[in-house]
Amino acid sequence: MDYKIVLETFEGPLDLLLHLIEKAKVDIYDIPISDITDQYMEYLNNMKELDLEIASDFLVMASTLLEIKSKMLLPAKNIENEDRQLEMEEIDPRIELVRRLVEYKKYKKVAEELKIQEINQNKVFYKPKEEFTYTKEDIELQNLNVDELVKVLNTVLSKKNKKSKPINIDEIQREEITLEECINRIKNELNEKGKILFSGLFDENSSRSEIIGTFLSILELTKSKYIKLRQEKNFSDIVIIKI
Amino acid sequence: MIEEVPFMDKKEIKAIIEALLFMWGDPLNLKDISSILEMDEKEVRSIIDEMIDEFNYERRGIKIIQIEDSYQMSTRSEHFEWIKKLYNPKSNKTLSSAALETLSIVAYNQPITKNEIEMIRGVRCDKALDTLLEKEIIEERGRLERTGRPIIYGTTKEFLKCFGLTSLEDLPSLEEFEVDIEEE
Repeated sequence: MDYKIVLETFEGPLDLLLHLIEKAKVDIYDIPISDITDQYMEYLNNMKELDLEIASDFLVMASTLLEIKSKMLLPAKNIENEDRQLEMEEIDPRIELVRRLVEYKKYKKVAEELKIQEINQNKVFYKPKEEFTYTKEDIELQNLNVDELVKVLNTVLSKKNKKSKPINIDEIQREEITLEECINRIKNELNEKGKILFSGLFDENSSRSEIIGTFLSILELTKSKYIKLRQEKNFSDIVIIKI
Repeated sequence: MIEEVPFMDKKEIKAIIEALLFMWGDPLNLKDISSILEMDEKEVRSIIDEMIDEFNYERRGIKIIQIEDSYQMSTRSEHFEWIKKLYNPKSNKTLSSAALETLSIVAYNQPITKNEIEMIRGVRCDKALDTLLEKEIIEERGRLERTGRPIIYGTTKEFLKCFGLTSLEDLPSLEEFEVDIEEE
């Protein structure tokens, strides 16, 4: 049967140090470095015994602590000028560590504050956005009259009649246009204009196979680096540019 | 053409704004609301401010929240106990302490590099940063033009929303936390 030992976890060496300082109830600005270092090393040893991987950051801090401890053991130089107080502060090897601890503690507290706010905010609900279907384009309706409407209707109807030839599914039909034909057509048009729109390559009564053929030709031409394609956004017209 | 716009009283304007916010669901920009109403942004802002107060004063179940220059409707956290009876979210995933610490450092020091964050925290922050980036609470703000061209990070609108803040100025001031330390 295996058992578990709960070892407090810390966010990092600074977190652990703060914990030790708080536990020892000592002033953060006057850390008894020797005691704290011992406790710090003891914690690392506990981690080792439990076979926990000690992050390198913890080891870096251990060496920093030991360095400070050894510096503290050195006899302080006798300073006899007026700036003594000031210089003492500069000399104190703990000062950098204290600065980091104070700085870190500040953010640790902010984090606690944010946690409360996060939990609170998790109790709030929003309504999902309505699903809208956007119309493709705004159609100008103001300047239309009945005559024009009839005209448009007629052209649509005539186009429809031309196109509606039944598809014979009993036998496989030959491709109406070959890829070569299509590629040559696009090349010719590009040589003339330099830049064309994908939609400009066919009109309303182009058959499905024509459109597919055109699209495949474009892919082929892109692959062979003959053309460059531009599309402003999803579903917008593709601009074909000759390289 | 001004004459063609029907005269609207304030109550009507408020009702329209309410309808827009309800229908849109997501944060709706002040600019958009103003252009729909064909009104001055300042005027619309003060009307929405009034609405926010009214919603609070009348203790309505819905409140209007402000995130920078956008407005959105939401329920109130104090009604969660009741909402829970109707629908209980599986688990309220909150950020880990590591992520929260990293986030607080970013929030007060943005834009900031990963290295600078790690200097303050004393530990590596890759995982915490990844989580925050994935949740779109922070974002990359480009790179510093110095050796190594380090990426710099800053918080997003999603950050404000997740923590119920109107703007970054809403964050508690850092000095508040410094005083605490000296008192101890």
